[in-house]
Amino acid sequence: MQIFTCPFCGPRDEREFHFIAEAGKTRPDTLNQISDEDWAAYLHSHRNEKGHVREIWMHTTCGELFLLERDSVTMEVLGSTALREAGQ
Amino acid sequence: MTTRRLNSGGLIDRSKPISFWFDGKTYEGFEGDTLASALLANGVSIVGRSFKYHRPRGVWSAWVDEPNAIMNIRLNGKEQPNCLATTTYIEEGMAARSVNAFPTAKYDIKGGLDLFHRFLGAGFYYKTFIWPDWHLFEPAIRKMAGLGAVDREVLEDFQSAQNHAKCDVLVVGGGAAGLTAARAAAEAGKDVVLVDDQRVLGGSLYRCGATADIDPDEWVAAQKTAIENAGGRILTHTTAYGVYDHGLVALVQSQGFGRAPALWRMRAGQVIMATGALDRPITFAKNDLPGTMSLNAAGEYLARYGVMAANKPLVMRNNSHASATIENLRAAGSKVEEIDHVDGITNQGRKHTTGLRIGKDQIDADGVLVSGGLTPLVHLWRHAGGKLDWCETRQAFVPKPATDAMIAIGAANGTYDLAQAIEEAEAAGKGTPIDRPSTTYTTTLIDTKPHSKGRQWIDFQHDVTLKDIEVAARENYVSVEHLKRYTTLGMAFDQGKTSNMAGLTAMAALRGKPIPQVGTTTFRPPFVPVPLEIYHGAKTKQLWSPVKRLPLEDKHRDLDAAFCEYGGWLRPGWYGSGDRDATIQKEAKAARDTAGIFDGSTLGKIEVMGPDAEAFLNFVYYNTIKSLKPGGIRYGFMLTEGGIVYDDGVVTRVDQNRFIVSCSSSHVDGVRTHLEAWRQDGNDPDRIFVHDQTTAWATVTVTGPKARDVLSSLDTTIDLAPDAFPHMTFREGTMGAIPLRIARVSFSGDLSYEVSVPTGHAETLWNAITAAGKEQGVSPIGLEAMSILRAEKGFIIIGKDTDGETMPHDLGFTIPRAKKKAAFIGDRSLHTEKANADDRKVLVGLSVPDGEPPLATGAHAFTETPTRRSLGYVTSSYQSPNVGPIALAIIEAPHAKVGDTIKIWHKEEVREVTICDPCRFDSEGGRLHA
Amino acid sequence: MKRYSAWQLFREGLRGGKGWGMAWRTPKPKKQYDVVIIGAGGHGLSTAYYLAKNHGITDIAVIEKGWLGGGNTGRNTTAIRSNYFYPESAQLYDLSVRLYEGLSKDLNYNVMFSQRGMMVLAHSEPEMEMAARQYNAMRLNGIDAEFLDAKEVRKRAPILNYRDDARYPIHGAVNQPRGGTGRHDAVAWGYARAADALGVDIIQNCEVTDFLMEGGRCVGVNTAFGEIRSGMVAATVAGHSSVIAGMAGFKLPIHSYALQAFVSEPYKPVLDTVVLSPAVGTYISQSDKGGLVFGGALDRVPSYGQRGNMPVQEAVIGGLLEFMPALSKVKLLRHWGGIVDVTPDSSPIIGPSGVDGLYLNCGWGTGGFKAIPAGGYLLAHRMATGQHHEISRPFDLDRFTTGRLIDESAASGIAH
Repeated sequence: MQIFTCPFCGPRDEREFHFIAEAGKTRPDTLNQISDEDWAAYLHSHRNEKGHVREIWMHTTCGELFLLERDSVTMEVLGSTALREAGQ
Repeated sequence: MTTRRLNSGGLIDRSKPISFWFDGKTYEGFEGDTLASALLANGVSIVGRSFKYHRPRGVWSAWVDEPNAIMNIRLNGKEQPNCLATTTYIEEGMAARSVNAFPTAKYDIKGGLDLFHRFLGAGFYYKTFIWPDWHLFEPAIRKMAGLGAVDREVLEDFQSAQNHAKCDVLVVGGGAAGLTAARAAAEAGKDVVLVDDQRVLGGSLYRCGATADIDPDEWVAAQKTAIENAGGRILTHTTAYGVYDHGLVALVQSQGFGRAPALWRMRAGQVIMATGALDRPITFAKNDLPGTMSLNAAGEYLARYGVMAANKPLVMRNNSHASATIENLRAAGSKVEEIDHVDGITNQGRKHTTGLRIGKDQIDADGVLVSGGLTPLVHLWRHAGGKLDWCETRQAFVPKPATDAMIAIGAANGTYDLAQAIEEAEAAGKGTPIDRPSTTYTTTLIDTKPHSKGRQWIDFQHDVTLKDIEVAARENYVSVEHLKRYTTLGMAFDQGKTSNMAGLTAMAALRGKPIPQVGTTTFRPPFVPVPLEIYHGAKTKQLWSPVKRLPLEDKHRDLDAAFCEYGGWLRPGWYGSGDRDATIQKEAKAARDTAGIFDGSTLGKIEVMGPDAEAFLNFVYYNTIKSLKPGGIRYGFMLTEGGIVYDDGVVTRVDQNRFIVSCSSSHVDGVRTHLEAWRQDGNDPDRIFVHDQTTAWATVTVTGPKARDVLSSLDTTIDLAPDAFPHMTFREGTMGAIPLRIARVSFSGDLSYEVSVPTGHAETLWNAITAAGKEQGVSPIGLEAMSILRAEKGFIIIGKDTDGETMPHDLGFTIPRAKKKAAFIGDRSLHTEKANADDRKVLVGLSVPDGEPPLATGAHAFTETPTRRSLGYVTSSYQSPNVGPIALAIIEAPHAKVGDTIKIWHKEEVREVTICDPCRFDSEGGRLHA
Repeated sequence: MKRYSAWQLFREGLRGGKGWGMAWRTPKPKKQYDVVIIGAGGHGLSTAYYLAKNHGITDIAVIEKGWLGGGNTGRNTTAIRSNYFYPESAQLYDLSVRLYEGLSKDLNYNVMFSQRGMMVLAHSEPEMEMAARQYNAMRLNGIDAEFLDAKEVRKRAPILNYRDDARYPIHGAVNQPRGGTGRHDAVAWGYARAADALGVDIIQNCEVTDFLMEGGRCVGVNTAFGEIRSGMVAATVAGHSSVIAGMAGFKLPIHSYALQAFVSEPYKPVLDTVVLSPAVGTYISQSDKGGLVFGGALDRVPSYGQRGNMPVQEAVIGGLLEFMPALSKVKLLRHWGGIVDVTPDSSPIIGPSGVDGLYLNCGWGTGGFKAIPAGGYLLAHRMATGQHHEISRPFDLDRFTTGRLIDESAASGIAH
């Protein structure tokens, strides 16, 4: 059982958290022409890094999203930042 | 059969004799005995049979590394399979039965299998039974499988206590090092927990301590007192079996034989591993004969249980550590003779060793005790990701230097000398760890001689011999994991605790490489096998994934409702104890004839508020929300970014900046997450708020031609007149002092009002509406009847009438896809090649020929041309009391034109039906707008 | 290759197995091959085998970071089945089942494919309707299937919980008689031995560190043993596919997750079929050795942590005991994790990667073992002929652009 730290609620059981997406993905402007390939890349392509990852998670009990940095091999948590502070 | 129990010594209570059974015979032991010690005391030599060849097996070890003494044990009418005799303390009336043996371990009818061992070596199964077919041979092989038998009766009493705890320092192992470290840490002000898997603390101290001028009893008692006085906690008979992410250590605590053990999830700031070391076997011919035992085990049996494993044993050892045990055995009267290990040494005897033969010389003995060198127990260290170094002096893998979170001390760290271990432990406990002291321990590697004569056992339980390792090496299964998997070496109950180092040594010798170059084995949790029941805590039966319950459940029960689980909610399926189908038909008809009262509290009610709420919902919904007026209600879809219909429902605009999103009952959590995620992504979260009010409001729906009549008799402030309160609008008011919300929406296709009050007033509302209903002859209806009503109208249930491919245009909602000006979730995905394909599955109705029964839900539409394939399937099908058999289906568009006939397949039965409009009732909508 | 036969076995028994040859060689890699395959798991080895056997391409190196068969091939719960809803999936996995049915003879290596049936339980009437939807789809897909009521389920698996107060009462099941289990290691070893015999070099303990790229084309790999050039490169590395893609400069529609598996101590047979409960999220079978082998859902947290953790243990084992309470005293012997590569539709990716010269066979998620023969067969076909086999065409990477996902969970409710 991993412990993640919600920037608002503090350290909690991993089961309270929900993975949203890798950090840094922005939604394309769908009102403009966007190719099938670019849309597919937005929808489906992931860095899926081995090692240091930056991800957006939701603490489901408070509903807040935040940036979680962690190591995807050792499971070490490297930090959590509220989205506003992270400037996401 | 002579007793091997000494008159004094050990930790047993000789004043408390205990009788028990083994393989049909009764024996006596004492309180504090394990089954193994008691059997040894009674001179029982054969305690089991090996897995593959059914060779006789005697007790090898004195604790968890036992590969041989495995038993099914019955106590108080309950059977526990595969118990280790070496770790099971005896209780009065215990009946143990050897496994893998019939009728007894001593006389096993399958013992003859051993004669064929030549043909059953490593990899045997992979090379044979290929012709004519594996299935021909498998049943017979399967019958031979397994050790203990599982009691098939459903068991009731297996709820394990679930403990969650934390501490600064967790010390694993209550031997000299662990006790010292725990005491030092506790005295330094740390919150300490010490666990030990035996009932009695002290570890190997009883075996080795006396020679070091320590009185084990006194010393252990003093440490224990000191730990407890300093606030430390001690858990005995508790095994740390796994270390998981973020310092979580799993502990299993015995609650006595037959009772479900307790599970502890211990979060420790630091783990001090004082897990000790095990003695290795020595590989020589027929080294599996009963009477051949680990020297350290013999020392333990003497020190802890007052049992002399052998009166005139031969001892083979390769290390200095063995001296103390030999001394102790001799002091207790055992006539120990030491023998050097030489090539060609062979155990003598058939069912028990009678001594050793070296060349032509025969040396008689009643036991062979071996000590092949110490192996630090580094399992937990490895679970936690700790690294290992090969130590040439110790001929063993030892932990690399500690981290802040984890430190190994004592024998687990290769510090075998008692004084040194205590010094190391003291330092670790104080938080000032020292480097591993240089060791006085000496050992010589006993080279396994490849190709030497005789059958030399490496894995006693699985019957892996040196020859098997030779075969594996010859066939190039040389990676440690290949060796293990090909020969099954180290895959027995003890998970290689006895055999791994012997196997590595043999492979190293065969390959002419040093051991560390051959590799290390994997250490996977659990350290010892743990019963599955420990994961079964309070969350059992109905509490395993608990259902959600209605605030009006009691009211429904008063009306004899039949409760069923729908989308995680326990809801009335129908009312009354009459015939299910007839009742549902009656309710569905009554709702159309007069009206029905329906508990709609489960519908999602998520409020979305704020100055940007409108723009936000306009983005979240497929449909345009911007044009919705305050007081208005609109039906719409939420899509995934992949364009798939995720949820449907109505959205109510309460006022300019306030909306209520009504989502499917089973989808509330998902929709809330969906809304939250998007609210915080790309929006100003200070200008939009999402608040789930689902359980804060109870909803009672009245639906049917008489709905208005029923509600009119309620004392509310809301004008129900059709012009004042048209379809798809929303009104707030009060009923007496109770706040009231009424949404005029319909899932049935009839005049319908969803009436909501704060949940605390649910009963008042229910009572008022059912009383008013009674006057009008209107009764409650269950979800089954409502399902029929909505299907008559062609109204869908998401996830039932749609699947993971359904897009809104498949359901006939095409306009936003073509015309919506604003961006919305999933928009771009509605224009991919697949989204534009003309063979998409679309929602249709199906009509069966007159007089035929309804279709089966789950039946498929299919074609035979050019080959047989499915065209889609029936998603909902009912007998409707109002319009006859009805069905909804999603079917590939080219085959789904209204009026076409199509073939339907269900369980090999084929029927022909006609495609029709999904709406079969009041297609003009006159009743909706009544 | 020395063929295994009864006579051979007898002879070697008499002489202590001294005549057994190497199952595969330990060759030094050459500088150049026609084909380099990264990853000597089941899919990599079967790709090599079918390239050699079906297409005559034998100048192949299979390069493995660790030991062959040591990834998910040696870590799964060994279920083999083709009880799929969509025709595309059914064809793919049934090709695999058919190949498995002949595999022991084909490879001259007993992979112990035991067709003991695979039952998918239904615990309520709505689930029975879904079961009917699944059953009918399977029959129309030409797959063997049986629709079982509770009584019939009880006959086949008496150890399940048939009490009325069960949290998940048993209403019925869909069974695939041809489903079952195989011996996972044997599949890797059998393919390795057969491929080696056809001239394939299997290079173990050799990590690929980089791709050799020339003019945008992949022309080989850099490895711990130096540069190896080749006409075509295939990556069959399951959970590490994104890492390989990253090396080649592109991203994949994949998230990696740990999937845990569990085995108990061996017991006398109590369960003769494979049982899956989608509602509980657990599946279980009993091996010929007697161990109960079971597993459940993915971890909640994407990762490359090749090990187990407690939340999933609790979910899987707690769930298992709800429908098989008689196993409560059964002891867990080992549990472990593998890294699986999960695509948005949980279906695999077979074919070109988008980088010239580099091919993919990945995305099998939790179900790669059962697909080993088909995955290799189809990738070999694609690489050797330059054309997709009609069965692999729908599983090309391009489906994520066209939107033609093949999402089984969408229609069947069956976890992969």
